[in-house]
Amino acid sequence: MPMTLAQKIIARAAGRATVSPGEVVTAKVDLAMIHDSGGPRRVEPILQRLGAPLFDKDKVVLISDHFVPGSDATSAGILDLTRRWAKARDVAFYDGEGICHVVLPERGHLKPGMFVVGGDSHSPTGGAFGAYMFGIGATEMAGVLATGEIWIKTPETILIECKGRLGIGLTAKDIMLALCARLGMDGGRYQAVHYSGEAIAALDMQERMTLSNMAAELGAQTGLIAPDRVTLDYIAAAGGDPGTAAEWQSDADAPVAEHHVFDAGNLAPQIAAPHSPANAAPVGDYPATPIDVAYIGACTGAKYIDLRRAADILRGRACASSVRLLVAPASKRDQARAEAEGLMRVFEDSGATILPNACGICAGYGTARLGEDVTCLSSTARNFKGRMGAASSQVYLGSPYSVAAAAITGRITDPRDFLPEGQG
Amino acid sequence: MARIFIFGDAINTDVLAPGQYMAATLDELARHCLESVDAGFAAKVRPGDIILAGRNFGMGSSREQAAQALLHLGIAGIVAHSFGGIFYRNAINLGLPVFAHEAAIEAEDGDAARLDVEAATLTLERTGTVNRLEPLPGFLLDLIRDGGLVPHLEKRFAAKERTP
Repeated sequence: MPMTLAQKIIARAAGRATVSPGEVVTAKVDLAMIHDSGGPRRVEPILQRLGAPLFDKDKVVLISDHFVPGSDATSAGILDLTRRWAKARDVAFYDGEGICHVVLPERGHLKPGMFVVGGDSHSPTGGAFGAYMFGIGATEMAGVLATGEIWIKTPETILIECKGRLGIGLTAKDIMLALCARLGMDGGRYQAVHYSGEAIAALDMQERMTLSNMAAELGAQTGLIAPDRVTLDYIAAAGGDPGTAAEWQSDADAPVAEHHVFDAGNLAPQIAAPHSPANAAPVGDYPATPIDVAYIGACTGAKYIDLRRAADILRGRACASSVRLLVAPASKRDQARAEAEGLMRVFEDSGATILPNACGICAGYGTARLGEDVTCLSSTARNFKGRMGAASSQVYLGSPYSVAAAAITGRITDPRDFLPEGQG
Repeated sequence: MARIFIFGDAINTDVLAPGQYMAATLDELARHCLESVDAGFAAKVRPGDIILAGRNFGMGSSREQAAQALLHLGIAGIVAHSFGGIFYRNAINLGLPVFAHEAAIEAEDGDAARLDVEAATLTLERTGTVNRLEPLPGFLLDLIRDGGLVPHLEKRFAAKERTP
């Protein structure tokens, strides 16, 4: 029976030769990722109640990122509890090293064909590595940690074929905002989105991660990209075991439920208006929209590649006096690389404030939350009402290029105006 | 008698469990549940009440406090056009019955209603209408009957201990 990549991974994890879309199976988990918010403080009481040890401590990775750096006694206490748990349960632990979705692959934990759960809704990010990775809540995570298993309804595959090549000043983020507008935030129907095509093949791993990450905003369970040389090279460089790419491809004749063709070559930079990523439209549709805060942050929009793009715009330019530019690099390693290449200096020279390597205000955590009536353009994934601060704050979403351009002009701006021909 | 609270489309987890209160106690968090769309919700809702909502209820974050806050306030079940996938699983795992129902249900905010989880029906007292819902699959109904995943697993682990 021809199978999609999603079916192949689930069949393997369920110990079956084949699985069909709609079939409910119990699958063995290859890796469980948890963070400080939904992790130890919530799973430990359940593990205690069950009297259960971890199913396999070598298949659990803990990353603190939500309450980092601990802005008050309560959040500092949660981080302390997280550290003690890591020691007591003897699991791999990254403390304040960055946002889980970026740190996990950066440290070589993902490889094609894995079946992985994460205690966070942006866990589909792992799909960029050809792994079936999806988000679950804390109780279900406790169940996984106790049993090593989880039920899953084998998904249909929604194929999104991206034709052409992204133009100058365009990014994976623009593709995703356009897809949110086109398919809606429930267009993914909790099935498996699978990205393919020339535009995807041309992207580096961190850009691919942005696509898979925002499969969450399409309402999909995961967002897969079949592995290729780019994938294997990234994993090898991260010190992981890349495995093989050939085994983890969809069969050419495997049926898909939907096949969408997306023209990446003709895409304009996208901006999503408050309060939904699905409110995306070309940047030209937003004349004279002033902003107070420009936020470059999150797993979606502050990886090394995102920082480099923002810096391409900001180099030699200053932020508008009316704008606060906040930059929260997604991981320590990405920040170190940006530092080594002089990018952090570009941000500082432009007047940016550098924030910790953590989820921060993207998820409504930390001290930089948006105040009443503040308008923000953000490189993050979600702009739900009140998510980043006051319910009266207005959050627009855009690419790191677009956020940087708006920081300079003080209003929503086409970033291509700041990019010389041939750059990008 | 249980009452119905009606919400529209795209009620997300930030509205159900605002990030600002994620470090707070469940009691405190629940007081802010849905406040940005219905300021008085937490004060109005009584144990046994039911939510009737539109598309993609619970979309967004995996934070299960979204479902937990509703349970804490006494919500006995949710009938929505569709659910965010993670929220749906979280609700079941916490023992909160959730029914996806695409057909329109004629009801007004505050209507007296009865949700029968086993029979999968939502009865509206004012009109006498019985809305037939898609029954939960057996393995999910088992979780609900046990009161959620944790009591369900407790039985499994207890059985394991009895079998040498």
